[in-house]
Formats: sequence, structure tokens, C-alpha cells
Amino acid sequence: MMDELLNVQSLTVRVPIRSGASSRAILDDVNFSLASGEHLCIVGPNGAGKSTIVNSIAQSIAYTGRITYLGRDLKEYRSVQLARILGVLSQSHEISYSFSVREVVRMGRYAYTPTIFSPRPADDEEKIDEALSLTGLSSIEDRSVLTLSGGELQRVFLAQLFAQDPQILVLDEPANHLDLQYQMQLFSLLEKWLKAPAPQREDAAALQRAPVDSSAPRRDSSSADASVPQRAIISVVHDLSLAMTFADRVLLLHEGRVRGFGTPKEVLTRENLESIYGMDVYAWMNRLLSNWQPG
Amino acid sequence: MKHLRQDSFSPLTLGLFALVTAATLVFCVCTGSVSIPLSETVRVFARALSGRAQENTSAASIILNVRLPRVLCVLLTGSSLALCGASMQGLLKNSLADGSTLGVSTGASLGAALAIALGITLPGIPFAGTMVMAILFAFLSLIIILTLAYRLDYSLSTNTIILLGVIFSMFVSSILSLVITFASDKVKNIVFWTMGSLAGSSYLNALVLFIVLLICGTILLSLSRELNAFAIGEANARTIGVNVRRTKLIVLITVSVLIGVCVSIGGSIGFVGLVTPHMVRLITGPNHKRLMPACLFGGGTFLMLCDLVARVLLRPLELPIGVVTSMIGAVVFVIIYAKARR
Repeated sequence: MMDELLNVQSLTVRVPIRSGASSRAILDDVNFSLASGEHLCIVGPNGAGKSTIVNSIAQSIAYTGRITYLGRDLKEYRSVQLARILGVLSQSHEISYSFSVREVVRMGRYAYTPTIFSPRPADDEEKIDEALSLTGLSSIEDRSVLTLSGGELQRVFLAQLFAQDPQILVLDEPANHLDLQYQMQLFSLLEKWLKAPAPQREDAAALQRAPVDSSAPRRDSSSADASVPQRAIISVVHDLSLAMTFADRVLLLHEGRVRGFGTPKEVLTRENLESIYGMDVYAWMNRLLSNWQPG
Repeated sequence: MKHLRQDSFSPLTLGLFALVTAATLVFCVCTGSVSIPLSETVRVFARALSGRAQENTSAASIILNVRLPRVLCVLLTGSSLALCGASMQGLLKNSLADGSTLGVSTGASLGAALAIALGITLPGIPFAGTMVMAILFAFLSLIIILTLAYRLDYSLSTNTIILLGVIFSMFVSSILSLVITFASDKVKNIVFWTMGSLAGSSYLNALVLFIVLLICGTILLSLSRELNAFAIGEANARTIGVNVRRTKLIVLITVSVLIGVCVSIGGSIGFVGLVTPHMVRLITGPNHKRLMPACLFGGGTFLMLCDLVARVLLRPLELPIGVVTSMIGAVVFVIIYAKARR
């Protein structure tokens, strides 16, 4: 078992009900973990709470419970530290101003020069060029983002994430707006990104010194080897085939509760899916695919 | 080389902006109900800067006692309001956000009017009472409007911003009318805040504006990268590592101070913060590293020219400067709104 990067304990998100003083749970006692080098897919029907998990990890909504990175609560991190750990891709992007593609991607490097007095890292522009090239945007880097299609815009924000170079990518429906060609490229790219060793971070050393909750899992000192991948991905997907193909582990959600957590084969069973989606998902998938058989 | 391209202005470009602004200042000082030749104006400036005694001419008196303090105040007010507009438009990701459209300037006017009506003063400093009240009310207005806007529509859409701004302005204006009704002996003074005028400004006013702009402008310019991130969206800003809560608070307080000080000195001068960033963005693009310094010079230049129009259009009569800016601003507002709707 590889190092545990992220641990989510008793995550609960409640929203007030208009009619009274009571509240309703959107997420109810959700527990899971993310290991180094792992791609975890979160699946479930609409309204299951998938995006709420992303927002909780991104620290953009209030929640109870604990989300830890290497044993330390995410709430204890400063914003720039958090940006070097987590890169979050939202579901939709609404742009009001005509920034160029390169300008938006460059914003991903914010965490590396957090004040105007901080020196700009020498490899900043190199990282931006790399991110643009990886996402196939080099040829349109000077174009205004207002002129781009939904798919191109999705790739711009993905490039921003690559330029940000975090240890964990949190992607909320990353295949949204992407045609099949880019979907394939995206997931191949994510596989490649996952396998590449993460750059050594000074935050990691600081984390080792920082006081850590004794109940939280600790890093094995023998695994502090630079060759061990330190990257991981959490992605919310609707397409169960993508989860089945690319996920190392799957978190199956229904009405804010975890209904399965494990390998795709353990979790995406016919019985589990039928009870959650209220239909025979296997039969449906087979019907869809059978039309592609030769002859 | 392409990858070494800078996204901020070179010192040469900034120097050019400063030169254009300085030339406009000199032109505005020369021109008025009494035209003064450029050579005469330059001579008066040269004497003043070198500390030599001025000749006892009416030109020197007009330039140094009337026009220069006024034009300086106009320049600094224009720069301040344009910077506020650009900051709010970035922070709220909305090109229609401005002190006047959000109702913040009206809120600050109410603060100033209340200070006059209730006789609120600070000992030793003549206009500090109105200034503090204007700043306080500008901040309160921003907090009320944004709290309401976030509650009604978290995305802060253009329609929400406009509607809330209109409603808030109407509400505050009605209270302002109430204050005017009950403070009949001070009506003339109070009405001034609602029209906006920098006639009769003093060097002390200019000094206060300069100090406040130096401090607040430095803060806002230093937040250019954060404002870029907000201009893409608050969620994106959070993702890349911006401390969104702190940035918002700093921008809102700084903008309130700037608007409050401008309103307490020149009254409510509408639309400068809307028109200037819109015009400047057409040239510099939306990157706040270029937009903000350009607004600093552009806002000052725009308001100096508006003030000139106000002084010479119906001379010897003088229009309130707010009338000129509002006329131009209303047209630009419609253009931006139409573009946003498309």
C-alpha cells in the first residue's frame, strides 16, 4: 500500500431548509482516503453530493468532519500552500473579460510568487509553455478566451492546473464539453501526469515538522524516496466506463452517503448500480456497446 | 523572446502616460473663462517650482490660487475613482460595477450630508468630520449591497448588480432628501454633495487626496494579480492560491476610503470609475497589471477634460462636473450593458 495523501473523515455538509430552523444533509458522514499514485473516481447519480465533496476538499464551502493531507488538516494551510497541494478544476467556466489563453494559464503560477516582492521562479515561463503544449494550446496562446469553444476553455483551465503543478488534482467532471478525441487525450494525459514524479516541495519538509494529530495516518519514513510518486487524482465522472477503465479506486455515492469504496470491480457491481440508479446499468451499457460490434 | 514577454508596462510607457497627463494638466490650467497663454503659464510654474517670488499679475493669481489647486484635485479625484472602478470591476467580475452604479457614492454623500446636518466635526481638522462619515457610509453601502447581492445571486450577474445599485441609490437618495428637508439652513451645502463639483478646491484638499491616493493606490496596484484572478472568477482565484477573503476585505476597505475621501472633497461625481476602465481596457486589455496604472493616468486625464468642458461650455456659467461625467457615463453604460447582453 502506498502512502496515504488525503484522508476524509466524517465529512458532513448540511444546508438549512427554508421552511424551518432545521437542516438537510447533502453529505452525511463520508469517509474515504486517497493514496499516492492513485486515481480515485467519484461516481453517483445527479444530486448524490459528488461536487459537494470537491467543494469541501477545495475549502470553498463550510463542512464538519476532517480532511487531512499527510495527516494535517487542510484548514491549517495558507491559501498558497493549499494551491501547491491541490489543483481544482470546476465544472463550468464563465468568462467576462478577454484575457489571452497564456494570461489565464500564467495565473496558475500565482502560488509560486505569492507577493509582489517574491522573486519569480526562473522556470515559470517554461512551466507555462509545457502546460500549453501538453494541452495542445500552444498555437492559440494569444487568442482571447472569450472566442474559445467550451472544450477549448476546459483545456485552458486544465493547462492552468498543469502550470500550477499541484500534488493532487481534483477534477469536477473534467470530460465536460470535450469531444471524444480530447476525452481520450485528457485521460491519457492524466495517466501520464500521475506517473511522473512530483517535484520536491519545501512544504513537505515543513509538514514533517508540523504537529500532527496522533490518530491520523502517518507517512512511513522509508517511503520519503524521491522516486515514489507523490501525485494523485480525484475526478468526478458520470461515465461509468471511464471510471471502470481509468480509476484505481471508486467512491460510489448516493443521496450524500457512501455506498461503496474500493476497486472498480468491487464497487461497480450490477447489484450496487441497480439499487442506486434504479435501472439495470449493465444491460444498458451492453445494449449501447453491442451496436458497435462488427457485422 | 516570446516566453520572456512581460505583462506589465515598461517604465518608458509609464513615462509617456505621465507626460500626456502632465500636458493635459497644463492645458487645463491655461484654459478657462480667462485664457492664459501657455508661455505665461509655464513661466508661473517655473517660478513656483524654483521658489522665486511671483510677479504681481492676475495670470499668476488665477493660476496659483484658483486653477492649479482645482485641476490638481480634479486629476487626483479622477485617478482615484478610475482605480476604484477598475478594482471593483475586477473583484466582482462585472464591467458595470462602479461606485456610482453600485450606489456607494450616494451612500458616501449621505454620510457627508449627515455630518453637515448634525454638525459632526473633528477638532483641529476642518473637513475631517464629513470625510470620516463619507468613508464610513461608503464602506457600509458596499457591505450592504454585496451582502444582498451574494444572497440573491451568488454569481453577481450584471442584472443583479444594476438592480441592486438602482434600488440602493433610490433608497439612500430618499434618506438624503429627508436630511435636506430637516436641515433647511444647510441645504445649499448639502445639495453640493449630490451634484459634484471641485470648484473652490484648495491645496490642502489636493494634499489630502494625494496622500490617500498614494497609500490606497499602492495597495490596489499591488493587488493586480489577485484582481486578475477574481476577474476570471472567485472559485478560480481560490484554486490558484489567492486568499479570497483577505483580498476582498482589503479591496473593499481601500475602495471605500478612496471613494469616501473623493466624495467628501468633490461631492458625488458619477461614472468616472465606469467610463475610464472601459475605455482603457479597449487599449490595454483586461490584465490589471496594465489596466490599473493606465487607469491611474487615464482617470485623471478624463476628469480634467470633463472639468474643462464644465468650465468652458457655457462660460461664464459653470456646470457641475458631475453633470458632464454623468452625460458621458450614461452613454457608455448603455454600450457596455448592450455588449454584456450579447
